[in-house]
Amino acid sequence: MQIRVNGTAYEIDVEDEMPLLWALRDALDLTGTKYGCGVAYCGACTVLLDGKPVRSCTLPVAAAAGKDVTTIEGLGKPGALHRVQQAWLEHQVPQCGYCQSGQILAAVALLEVTPNPSDAEIDAAMTNVCRCGTYGRIRAAIHAAARA
Amino acid sequence: MAISRRAFIVGGSLAGGGLLIGYVLAPFSNLKRARSLGASGDEVLLATWVKLAPDDTVTVIVPHSEMGQGVHTSLPMMLAEELDADWSQVRMEQAPADPAFANGALARGYLLGDWDIPAALSGAADFTMRKAAEFLNAQITGGSLSVRATGVEGMRRTGAAARWMLIQAAAAAWVVPAAEITTEKSRLTHANSKRSASYGEMASAAAKFDPPADVPLKARERYTIVGQSKPRFDLPAKVDGSARYGVDTRLPDMLYAAVRASPVFGGKVASFDAAKIAGRRGGVRALEIPGAVVVVADNYWRAKQALDALPVTFDEGTGASHSSESIFAGMESALEKGGLKKDYAFGDVDGALRGATRVVEATYRIPYLAHACMEPMNCTAHFHDGKLEVWGGFQDGLGARVHAAKTASLPLERVTLHHTVMGGGFGRRGPTLNYLEQAIALAMQLDRPVNLIWSREEDMTQDNYRNASVARMKAGLDPSGRPVAWLHEFAEKHDPVEATWISYGIPNRAARYAVDTDPIPFGPWRSVDNSVHGFSIESFVDELAAAAGRDPFEYRRELLSDAPRHKAVLEAVAQMSGWGTPAAKGRARGISLKESFNTIVAQVAEVSVGEDGRARVHRVWCAADPGEVVHPDCLSAQLEGGIIYGLTAALYGEISIANGRVVEKNFPDYPMVKMADAPKIEVKLVPSGAHTGGAGEPGTPPIAAAAANAVFALTGQRVRALPLRKQDLRGAPPPWQPEKGGNRS
Repeated sequence: MQIRVNGTAYEIDVEDEMPLLWALRDALDLTGTKYGCGVAYCGACTVLLDGKPVRSCTLPVAAAAGKDVTTIEGLGKPGALHRVQQAWLEHQVPQCGYCQSGQILAAVALLEVTPNPSDAEIDAAMTNVCRCGTYGRIRAAIHAAARA
Repeated sequence: MAISRRAFIVGGSLAGGGLLIGYVLAPFSNLKRARSLGASGDEVLLATWVKLAPDDTVTVIVPHSEMGQGVHTSLPMMLAEELDADWSQVRMEQAPADPAFANGALARGYLLGDWDIPAALSGAADFTMRKAAEFLNAQITGGSLSVRATGVEGMRRTGAAARWMLIQAAAAAWVVPAAEITTEKSRLTHANSKRSASYGEMASAAAKFDPPADVPLKARERYTIVGQSKPRFDLPAKVDGSARYGVDTRLPDMLYAAVRASPVFGGKVASFDAAKIAGRRGGVRALEIPGAVVVVADNYWRAKQALDALPVTFDEGTGASHSSESIFAGMESALEKGGLKKDYAFGDVDGALRGATRVVEATYRIPYLAHACMEPMNCTAHFHDGKLEVWGGFQDGLGARVHAAKTASLPLERVTLHHTVMGGGFGRRGPTLNYLEQAIALAMQLDRPVNLIWSREEDMTQDNYRNASVARMKAGLDPSGRPVAWLHEFAEKHDPVEATWISYGIPNRAARYAVDTDPIPFGPWRSVDNSVHGFSIESFVDELAAAAGRDPFEYRRELLSDAPRHKAVLEAVAQMSGWGTPAAKGRARGISLKESFNTIVAQVAEVSVGEDGRARVHRVWCAADPGEVVHPDCLSAQLEGGIIYGLTAALYGEISIANGRVVEKNFPDYPMVKMADAPKIEVKLVPSGAHTGGAGEPGTPPIAAAAANAVFALTGQRVRALPLRKQDLRGAPPPWQPEKGGNRS
C-alpha cells in the first residue's frame, strides 16, 4: 500500500484495516504521533489528513491512501518551527508533552480554517485531552499564533 | 549525594541509628563510582552533581525524572545560582539509575527535620526514620520533593562547593588570597592583579581540592538565576515531536507485546486457546506470565488484535466478591464499630464534644481514582547474556532498577535501566511497577527485546488506585458558633503522615482511622491522602460556617489567627476572587484551603448549575505560599495543572468496583476535563520566604471542596459524595442565606 506522509510517498506492507496511528508509528517509525485511548476520545493521535484533523487511532490506513498525511514530524523542524510550535514554546505550554503533538496539529488545523478564533471557537475545535492541564496555556498560545 | 565527609557525619549524628551508618559510609566509594559513571572524556567531575568541561559547559546531573514539572530546569538553576555559572552554558543530564546517585539529599532533608511535620502528630519520629530508610535506595520523584529536598539540600550546596573549589584553585595558581577572588557568569577574577580565568580553565586544578565541609550559601537578594522563569530544557523536543517516551522505544529485532491481566485483582490465568490465533500475520505468539496472558508480534496492532481474539479464562480467586457498595459499607461499619487507630490527638475532644452547645456531623464518601496518565503504562525489556536491560519512564529510576533486579533474581549490577521521557506520572510511575514486572517476566521467555504496551483499558483496570474512603466528621460549636472540638474519623491512611492536619485554631481535636477496609491495590495519586482529606476537611469547615450562619471566608479567617501564613494565603485568594462582591448571574463561589508538602494553597471556585442539573466550574482563583520560589512559571504551571487534575476528579472521577473488577474501561467511562470545560484559572504566588515547599502536588487537594462549597452557596445542596457531576442539582432546596454580605447572586 502506498501512503504519502509529510510530502514523502512510502510503500508499506500492512493490513488495510490497521489504524493509521500504528502504520505511522510501527511501520514508518514516526513516533511523534501518540497512542492514548484507541477510541478517538483523547486526540493524542491527531494528524492532519489533507489539512483536516483526524483521530488516527480509529482511521484505517486504507482510508488515508491517496491523501496527504501531516504528522508533527512534518510540521516544522528545529530552527524552522511552525508558528504554532513557536507559540507553544513562547507560552511554555507542555508539561509531560505526550498530548502536545496532537494539540499542536489540532491548533494548526483550527487556524487554517479560522485564522482568528474566539474562545468559543477554540473550545469547539480543541477537544484533545491534556492530563497535565495545560488548557489555559494552549488557549493563550493559539491566540498568540493567530496574531503572529 | 552529599558533598563532604562532614555533611554526612552531621547527618548521622543528628539522626543516629543503623539507617544512617550505611549512608555515612557510602559517599567515599560512591563518589569514586559516580566519577566513573558520570565523567567522560576530558570532563572533570568536580562534585557529584555537576560537571565542568574545559569548554566552559556546566553539566548538572539531575537525579530526578522529568514528567512535566520542569525539574530538569529548576534544579540546575539552583546549582548554577550558587556556582555563579553562566546560565547560557548550563546543560542538564539525567543521572543514571545507580546507587552512586541515590538521593542522599532527600534522606537528609527528612533526617534533619528541615520542614515542619506537626509535633503533635503521632508517629512522626518513626515516619522520619522509615522515610530515610526508603530513600537510601531511592531516586524517587514524588512527594513534591525535587526542589525542596534535592534542590535546597543538594543542588545549592553542591554549586556552592564547586565554586569554593574553583576559588581555591585560582588562589593557588595566582598566589593571591582566596577571599579576594570574585566570581560571575562562570569567570573567576582577581581585581587587584587583573587576573581572570574561566571556570573551564580552572576546572582540572579545582578537582584536586577536596569538597569543603561546609560552605555558606548566597543571600537571596543576590540571586540572578533563581526566581526567574528560564525556558525549560525539555520543551523543544516536546513541540517538534522528537521527545522519546517509553512507548517510543525502538530496538533492533524488537517485538511488541499486548497484555491482558486477570480483571479481578490477584486472579490467575486458568487457560487460553493459542490455536485460535495461530497463523495470524506478524509472527503472533501467546505466552503466559504471572496473572496475565501476553501476545507478541512484529507490531503492536497485530499483537493487540490477536490478544482480543484469544480466548482466555481466569481463575478469579477470592477477590471477585468485592463491589464499591460492599467496600463503602465495610468502611462505614468499621468507623461505626470504633477501635480506631490514633492519627493525632490534641486536647480532650470527646469531653469538648459532650460540653458543646451544638454538635454538627457529616459523613463523606470519596471514590477510587485511576491515574490515567496520557501515556499508558509500558516497559521495554531485553534479557541477554545473563543481563537485563530495561527502558521506560520511571519516577524512581533507581527504585525501578532495584525492583527489576529483584523480579529477575539478578544482582543489581547486571541490570541496566535506560530512562525515557514520561508521558505523565502523578504517582503511577513511582513505587507501583506491575507493568515493569510483566515486561521482565516476558523478556525472560524471549531472546529478543520486547516493548510491552498496555492498552488504555488495561491501564484503567490494572492501576494502583487512589483509595476510596469514608470520612465521618464531628464538631462541637460554642454558643457563638466557633468550633471547640473537631473529630475526624476516616478509613485508610497512607501518606504523607500530616495530611489530616488542620491549621485552624480548634482547642480540642483528634483524627482516627480504620484499617484493613480496602481490598483494592493502592498507589500514590497526585498529593496522595491530601486529595482525600482536602475534600472532607474543607467541606466540613464550610458546613460549620453555615451552621454558625457565618461567611465561609470570614469564619476560616478567624480560626487562622495563630497561623499567619495560612491566613495571608486565604486573604490573598479572597481578594483576587472578589470575595464578598456578587458573583456573575447564576453563579456562586466557594472557598477552600489546604496545605500539603509545605506549600499552602487556597482556592476559590465559581460554579453554575446547568439545565442538566450538573455543576460546572467556570473560574478558579488560586493563591499559594510555597515558601521560596525557584521558577515562578513552572510553579504556576504546576498549580494550574494540579487544579485541572483535581477538578477532573472532583467533577467526573470515579472508579467503581463490581464483581471484583474495575467497571470503567476507557475515557468515555472515566471522562476528563477538556478545553471547553476547563475553568479560567488565575494563580497568585505569595511566597513568605519560609522553607521551600512542594510544587507538583499542592494545587490538587483544595479544588474539590472549593467547587462543592460553591455548589452549596448556589443551591443549598451539600454534596457529600464525589464526583460532583453524579449529582443532579435540580429541584434544589431553598438556597442558604448568609447572615451578612453573602457571596451568592
